[in-house]
Amino acid sequence: MAVMRYQEALRLAMTEEMERDANVFLCGEEIGQYQGTYRVTEGLQQKFGPMRVLDTPISEVGIAGLATGAAMVGLRPVAEFMTWSFALSAMDQIVNHAAKITYMSGGRIRCPVVFRGPVGRGGQLSAQHSMSLESWYAHTPGLKVVAPATPADVKGLFKTAVRDDNPVIFMEHTALYPQRGEVPEDPEFTIPFGVAAVRREGADVTVVAYSHMVGVCLKAADLLAQEGIECEVIDLRTLVPLDMETVLTSVRKTNRAVVTQEEWKNVGFAAEVAARIYEQAFDYLDAPVERVGGADVPMPYARNLERAAIPHESDVIEAVRRTMS
Amino acid sequence: MAKATIEEAASGDIQRGELLALYRLMVLIRRFEESTYRKFREGKMGGYLHRYDGQEALVAGVVPQLRLPGDYILSTYRDHAHALACGTDPKAVMAELMGRVTGCAGGKGGSMHLIDPPRGFLGGDGIVGGPVPIATGVGFAIKYRGTDNVCVCYFGDGAMNQGGVHEAMNMAGLYKLPILYILENNQYAMGTSVLRSTGQMDFVLKAEAHGIRGEKIDGMDVLTVRDAVRRVLERIRQTGEPYFLEMTCYRFIGHGIGDDNTQGYKFYRTEEELETWKQRDPITRLHDYLIARDMLSEEEAETIEQEVRRIVQEAIEFAEASPEPPLDSLYEHVFVDHQE
Ligand SMILES: Cc1ncc(C[n+]2csc(CCOP(=O)(O)OP(=O)(O)O)c2C)c(N)n1
Ligand SMILES: [Mg+2]
Repeated sequence: MAVMRYQEALRLAMTEEMERDANVFLCGEEIGQYQGTYRVTEGLQQKFGPMRVLDTPISEVGIAGLATGAAMVGLRPVAEFMTWSFALSAMDQIVNHAAKITYMSGGRIRCPVVFRGPVGRGGQLSAQHSMSLESWYAHTPGLKVVAPATPADVKGLFKTAVRDDNPVIFMEHTALYPQRGEVPEDPEFTIPFGVAAVRREGADVTVVAYSHMVGVCLKAADLLAQEGIECEVIDLRTLVPLDMETVLTSVRKTNRAVVTQEEWKNVGFAAEVAARIYEQAFDYLDAPVERVGGADVPMPYARNLERAAIPHESDVIEAVRRTMS
Repeated sequence: MAKATIEEAASGDIQRGELLALYRLMVLIRRFEESTYRKFREGKMGGYLHRYDGQEALVAGVVPQLRLPGDYILSTYRDHAHALACGTDPKAVMAELMGRVTGCAGGKGGSMHLIDPPRGFLGGDGIVGGPVPIATGVGFAIKYRGTDNVCVCYFGDGAMNQGGVHEAMNMAGLYKLPILYILENNQYAMGTSVLRSTGQMDFVLKAEAHGIRGEKIDGMDVLTVRDAVRRVLERIRQTGEPYFLEMTCYRFIGHGIGDDNTQGYKFYRTEEELETWKQRDPITRLHDYLIARDMLSEEEAETIEQEVRRIVQEAIEFAEASPEPPLDSLYEHVFVDHQE
């Protein structure tokens, strides 16, 4: 084990996978000579050269297409979007092409591509730079969706993503990049998809989260513990595949659930989890399932409005209290 | 050599008053931009901040030639100068940058989304290439209504590599829409030199491939820009056809607040390169031109400087004294409240 930042753990995972498999290459804007907008790929072009760390123009459609096409003929591309907010024009390549080619070809083609990049609300980046839209990708059959919350997870899940033979949407979070944590150094350390982690045990309320919201929920749980409410905080890690079993086991014990997400609440991923709890554990519930999410507005710039549009510990605490009342 | 260009360009029609107004506008933009980093570091602003230092001639040579309202302007996120040139009150611009309710977007847009619809400024766009397809629609609306107005669409050298830009330009060429494309070729897209971003460095050729006439001009010289734009606007108003102007320029400062010059130098450009371009500072060039012709004295230049500094200072004071937007406005403007 070594202590490192989320960002460094991701870089280590990339380095290890590129060393392990010569078919793995990176492409994206400013990832090479500029060392990465968030320094995730720092030093990698010097190490692996310009073909394996390919600097591209600002051409998201081209980037997604290059990665998808290369994957269809046996390479294992990792395409970076500078942030997921800029991937919208590439949606057609991802959703209509990468996600469907295996099915449309009757299984004759594999598309082992990773699309990665940061998401994250905050920092007053305003309306066009604050989206993650994970529910759009999770909605699409044929895409796996990963949203790691810790340095160890970002390493283990990224390695699994690269080794997976399917398109993977890999969403990091800008607020997590600087966070430190213990990370296994073993190059064979991986974390399987579809296995949620119980980050905190508790008997009273099940709190479901992923990505940055895991930390927010853990803080809320600490505060609630002071008033005697014990939350069980579950980190989904991957949205597709989704480990409902861990969630349901917890709900059968606590009889209450709060599902959280940072993104817009309307038709968000938390709604899917809540629906499945109702479908599969209705008889165990003592209270309606609560959802916590971002305000359903384009992100405003002003600091006070932005704060009000992002879910905080206080929102989780209120939702937990509602399930207890 | 710089002077020769200016002399040629200024042949004829330009009066001293207009020259001084151009000078004053460029100084205003420069001082305004300088003040923003100070205020950001004091914690008064957030997000990114993309400054226009070095590129002033691209708006000062263009916007005063437009008929506002009537004509339209679309820009990138590097948009403070565009708002100021349109005549948006510097107070409303500064207040927007500070996220105050008195800002030109009520504090909801911020630095990248300045806007002033009554003056024809349809706003800054945070998505690279984003304004170009929108300009197609604005140009179409002008043609639809049958006026001789023009839509001016600014975008960067990096944006030229967006697929949507080419779809849009093809349509403008096909339908013959009255759009003036202004390519702000400041040599870099963040840390990527134009030398590393395209297999075809001739941007005018790319426009011509879509049936749009174009030319490349010196964007470091406001009079060159002004003369070219006057000529081209006349042409667009008469023919209704699009035109493409690549303006060569350079940003004197990092891409945005996150890319300060120290870092920038290290990864993508040298101090020498910056210094070479600073020799062509559009403000200094016009200043020297005016002084050399006795159209401006050092005292008058100083008066302009003081006047501009006062405007910027007043804008700061106004913004700082303005309240944040009320919390209950969070859900306001997702949709228009009033339907026809
Ligand atoms: C579609 C999209 N991709 C990436 C970005 C991130 N980004 C913002 S500005 C920029 C560079 C743009 O360069 P250029 O078009 O030359 O304009 P300049 O900043 O030089 O004025 C990049 C990559 C974005 N905003 N939108
Ligand atoms: Mg540029």
